[in-house]
Amino acid sequence: MNSQKLTVNNHPVTIECDDNTPLLYVLRNDLNIKGPRFGCGTGHCGACTVIVNGNAVQSCDTPMWSVIDAQVHTIESLTKANGELHPLQEAFIEEQAVQCGYCIPGIIMTVKAQLDKYAIDKDSLNADKLETTILHELTERNLCRCGTQFRIIKAIRKVINQFVDEHQEPSQ
Amino acid sequence: MNATNAVPLPVSLTDNPQLADWIRFDECQKVTLYTGKVEIGQGIGIALMQIAAEELGLTIAQVQLVAGSTVNTPDEGWTSASISIEVGGSAVRLVCAEIVHLFRVKAAEKLQISETELKQIDGVFYYIEKGEGFSYWQLSQEIDLHVPYRGLGNPKNQSEYQLVGESIPRQDILEKLSGPAFIHDFSLPSMLHGRIVRPPHHKCRLESIDEKALASLPGIHRVVRDGSFVGLVAEQEIAVVKALKKASQFIRWSVIDLPAQAPLPQWLISRPSEANVVFEKQQNLPLEAPIQRLRVEYSRPFIAHASIGPCCALAQWQDNQCQVWSHTQGVFPLRANLAKVFNVSQSAISVIHKDGAGCYGHNGADDVALDAALLAKVCHQAVRVVWSREDELTSAPFGAGMLVQLDVSFESDSGKVTEWKSDIYSMTHLTRPGWGDGVNLLAASHLETPLTASEIADPPLEPFGGGAVRNGIPLYDIANQTITHHLIKDDCIRTSALRSLGAHANVFAIESILDEIAQTCGQDPVQLRLAQLADPRAVATIKKAAEMAGWQAGQEGEGDWGRGIGFGQYKNKSAYMAAVVEVNIDEEIRIKKVYAAVDAGLVINPDGVLNQVEGGIVQAISWTLKEQVNWSHEGFECASWEDYPILGFDEIPDIQVCLIHQSGQPAKGVGECAAGPIAAAIANAVSHALGARIRDLPLTPEKILSALV
Repeated sequence: MNSQKLTVNNHPVTIECDDNTPLLYVLRNDLNIKGPRFGCGTGHCGACTVIVNGNAVQSCDTPMWSVIDAQVHTIESLTKANGELHPLQEAFIEEQAVQCGYCIPGIIMTVKAQLDKYAIDKDSLNADKLETTILHELTERNLCRCGTQFRIIKAIRKVINQFVDEHQEPSQ
Repeated sequence: MNATNAVPLPVSLTDNPQLADWIRFDECQKVTLYTGKVEIGQGIGIALMQIAAEELGLTIAQVQLVAGSTVNTPDEGWTSASISIEVGGSAVRLVCAEIVHLFRVKAAEKLQISETELKQIDGVFYYIEKGEGFSYWQLSQEIDLHVPYRGLGNPKNQSEYQLVGESIPRQDILEKLSGPAFIHDFSLPSMLHGRIVRPPHHKCRLESIDEKALASLPGIHRVVRDGSFVGLVAEQEIAVVKALKKASQFIRWSVIDLPAQAPLPQWLISRPSEANVVFEKQQNLPLEAPIQRLRVEYSRPFIAHASIGPCCALAQWQDNQCQVWSHTQGVFPLRANLAKVFNVSQSAISVIHKDGAGCYGHNGADDVALDAALLAKVCHQAVRVVWSREDELTSAPFGAGMLVQLDVSFESDSGKVTEWKSDIYSMTHLTRPGWGDGVNLLAASHLETPLTASEIADPPLEPFGGGAVRNGIPLYDIANQTITHHLIKDDCIRTSALRSLGAHANVFAIESILDEIAQTCGQDPVQLRLAQLADPRAVATIKKAAEMAGWQAGQEGEGDWGRGIGFGQYKNKSAYMAAVVEVNIDEEIRIKKVYAAVDAGLVINPDGVLNQVEGGIVQAISWTLKEQVNWSHEGFECASWEDYPILGFDEIPDIQVCLIHQSGQPAKGVGECAAGPIAAAIANAVSHALGARIRDLPLTPEKILSALV
């Protein structure tokens, strides 16, 4: 057992655990953060996806030693204290892009990581390119068994378009 | 008196006739609707709330929902077979209409006027002239709802609907996008974590076990063993997860006795089966044209439910009372099975539904409930059990592999089918708890004193719509038909309900051979179907799908492009669905476009129906192109997502679904209508592109290659 320090949803935390304990179990059981979900334990389905230092990772096979001093964000960080939702959450609700919903927080976190990256790299901001990148990431990282992908893609497309509009430099 | 009296009452209502079983008026101007139909990702909750609010004349915000609890909801059996709206929704409608009647009569009595002088506004029965009125809540103390339904009151006409037919958003989505929402996220005080060490096959039994070694694994609180049932319990979830990975080295199981995998048709035929003619029709028609005959067979493999979220349950025992929290599709049948296992009365057990991940039929949801109850009993503490990914994909029941042999005669020029013989081979499609008298829970057969599972039986056509023979009878007007069901009475592979049961294979077979006939006769597949269908709604559905797709008769496939149609009416009595699919083929098949028309009669929540149909389409594409359970003498070879791939985000086609508006028609179950038509439309599109027919699902790149050789 070691003492591990990290920041989760902007709160610094110290956890007593083995180095190789997957982050998912610390989030769910030690920190009572239930948005990241267990799906496979091998990093294939993405239900456990969280953002670590800006990158989407599968928390079920991310050992604690690898996240020391890291900034971890889960779906819980998307809802503001006043209840205001993130545009991705809003779009998923508007499109009703949920069937059972088990996979959705992981999918949203994968997408959010890409949006955040593009917000920094404004030169390459382009809706089509962003959609291609996000679809590629989702294909690599997230599964949905209900077959909601068609709606999920619609919801994401909506957010991408808003996002590109907002982040483009105002034209001269 | 009551227009609905002509129609038999829905079974949900005859089984739970008391009005108070369904509706209770609460303080704070709310009404609670109690239902036995549970949320499994299909959006049933909002649809039932719409029906209740509509009939009661309330807003959605005034209705609260309690679903699936042996403590306080009606016993509606299973949430399955796409009948929650047809049956459960009808019951809610009738109950609410009767409640309106009772309150209206009471209000009139108190105001000393005739009922017809009352106007209902927002839950208040007003006598407009005097500006007086009584609300439901003002009257509820005076009206006893603990009375049986008597057929009083008239449900609204569809033309009066204001809430039914509207796409009102689901109310459970926000929490599912924000944090805790599922049974997996729910804890009890001083709860322990359990995992089950499963045998590699459900028939294997424990030969040796080093319980001491298991118990000394780090963090293990207790090893629970009963016969061949082995559970590990720990205070920390991570401890039990790690221990489970090491457990196999301390246990030896008996050898798997599973007949070797072979091409599915041969494998199924080689199993002992019991033949039964389920439908026969003989009309001797004068032969007007030369007849041709096609004898071909179609098959689909065993398919895994493959939920993203592994099965989970919580249980605790207090004073010989057991409480179970479960994402089962049937809290009451599960309770009855659990009572048999623990040899207690049903009243000693309560089962409360909590949302799980989508199940798509009978997966391990019930099994894990027994796992948790067994561990909790021994530990005298609350226990939560979550299955491993491997268990989820290999220990839960599979959808049964099927073989459909067709022997079809038709007029050589027109393609009119004159004789249809079908032999349908399959293991059972139903082994849920509550099906038969036995105990259908995985661990029950592993106990020191094992409990016997129900005798193998498949659901009959009436009233269930059949299991293997679901949609086995063609809807087309065919003078001579013989449909024979060959039930394989073997449980060497655990099989049970997977979304659409036999309809996936049967519609795939029927709609494939129709295209083969069309091709043989040089007929257009759409015209060939329309010419043999009398049901105007079936005709309209096919026409709509063809129109959406810009279907052109005679359009040639192009090797790398093809289009095909598939049609079915789920269970031959629920929703109609026709789909045109366009495929691109290079090394593998990619679905480019799906155009679907659906006639589900009265639609309660159109967006909810679209969501179900779209999801059904995507899932059916996944089954049809990719999915197959393989096995060896070492067990099932589908223990991970790498071994059992499903459709990914880069394989999702453009999907257009049109709901055909039907006024005045009852609602028809829609959740499972897509599986068969989509499978057939894909197979027909592939054949259209390649000029070669694949009759054995899934349509893998290897099969395309060999079809072309």
